[in-house]
Amino acid sequence: MPMLAFRLAAPELLVDLKHLGNLDTIQIGRDGVRLGAKVRWCDIESDVRLADSHPLLAEAIKHVAHYQIRNRGTVGGSVAHADPSAEMPGIAMTCEALMTIVGSAGTRIEKAADVFIGPLQTSLEPDEILTEVHLPAWPAERRWAFLEFARRKGDFAMAGVALHYDLDGAKRIVDAHVGAIGVADRPIRLTEVEAVLNSNQLNDDLIAAASAAARRSIDPPSDIHAPGAYRTALVATLLARGLKKSAA
Amino acid sequence: MQVEFDLNGQSVSADVEPRTTLADCIRGNFGQTGTHLACEHGVCGACTVLVNGEAVRSCLLLAVQVQGDKIVTVEGLSGAELTPLQAAFRKHHALQCGFCTPGFITTAHAVLTRVRERSDESVQFLYRAPDGACRGSAHGARQRNVCC
Repeated sequence: MPMLAFRLAAPELLVDLKHLGNLDTIQIGRDGVRLGAKVRWCDIESDVRLADSHPLLAEAIKHVAHYQIRNRGTVGGSVAHADPSAEMPGIAMTCEALMTIVGSAGTRIEKAADVFIGPLQTSLEPDEILTEVHLPAWPAERRWAFLEFARRKGDFAMAGVALHYDLDGAKRIVDAHVGAIGVADRPIRLTEVEAVLNSNQLNDDLIAAASAAARRSIDPPSDIHAPGAYRTALVATLLARGLKKSAA
Repeated sequence: MQVEFDLNGQSVSADVEPRTTLADCIRGNFGQTGTHLACEHGVCGACTVLVNGEAVRSCLLLAVQVQGDKIVTVEGLSGAELTPLQAAFRKHHALQCGFCTPGFITTAHAVLTRVRERSDESVQFLYRAPDGACRGSAHGARQRNVCC
């Protein structure tokens, strides 16, 4: 709707999915969390199961917009809109979510990385809709953090970092997933940072090395909200804080 | 397009362009001008109304989307007397220019209703989730109000 208000979009046809059934449930099972496209932010906020089943998702969604908007905004709407600063696409990228897409040609399941193809652009065809976002299972001992920075609470983040990893028997990091929002034309994974973290124990030196890797791996554009260099510094700082927080 | 809904307890219908926002419909078609428009893209919160009891931005909804829904604006919250919340806003002068106050009243009303309905919630819920972009100086008074 803001796109219409700004006259950035002028669709000839707009379809409200409000009356479509079966898309508004949060299913939690052994294979992870399945979010129907019509699940609203307030539904995620009030689902107490998610504190254990996907705390990263629950924390990230607290940062979405304002109270009134969380009463209306949906998982499917956010993913299909594909704003590079938005939390849900960032979590989907970081967690390697699988997206169910339904169209006249049938149903296909795509990785988040193949869905977000550019700024406000997805691989959805005009006759397709997103019906479900499937976040893989969340081990109980998993470490995680979500941090973002915005001038006012509820604004789009100038930058944000989502991360999770597991620990092996020697407390070394395995399967690190680190994602960033607001710093590229789409939500991204910081694979170089993940490589720095994997197989190592978390300590101050590793955090410094991870932050340095984050600085090297992004080159955000400058805009009216923040210069690119500032966003780069934000990601490095948020990553360091997030890693510290994850160990606490 | 024809749309019918319940506005502050009255069944209403209007013939609106599909692009008409709920805010414009409430104000233009039904003369309920308590709902204020400022940013018109979902940031400021001045236009907040209740749709089936939930606080939403009426600038981010098309009028045709509320077919069959129950809409309450700031005009519909009270009868002959102010609600306790409205009276508290008045007593503590919880506003500066007052333009966005209808949005704060409707939002706080919805949050307090929710707090009453769910014992596990608290008013902190509202503090965690600021509801508007008022640049005035009344934040402290507004928070005291909602706590009363």
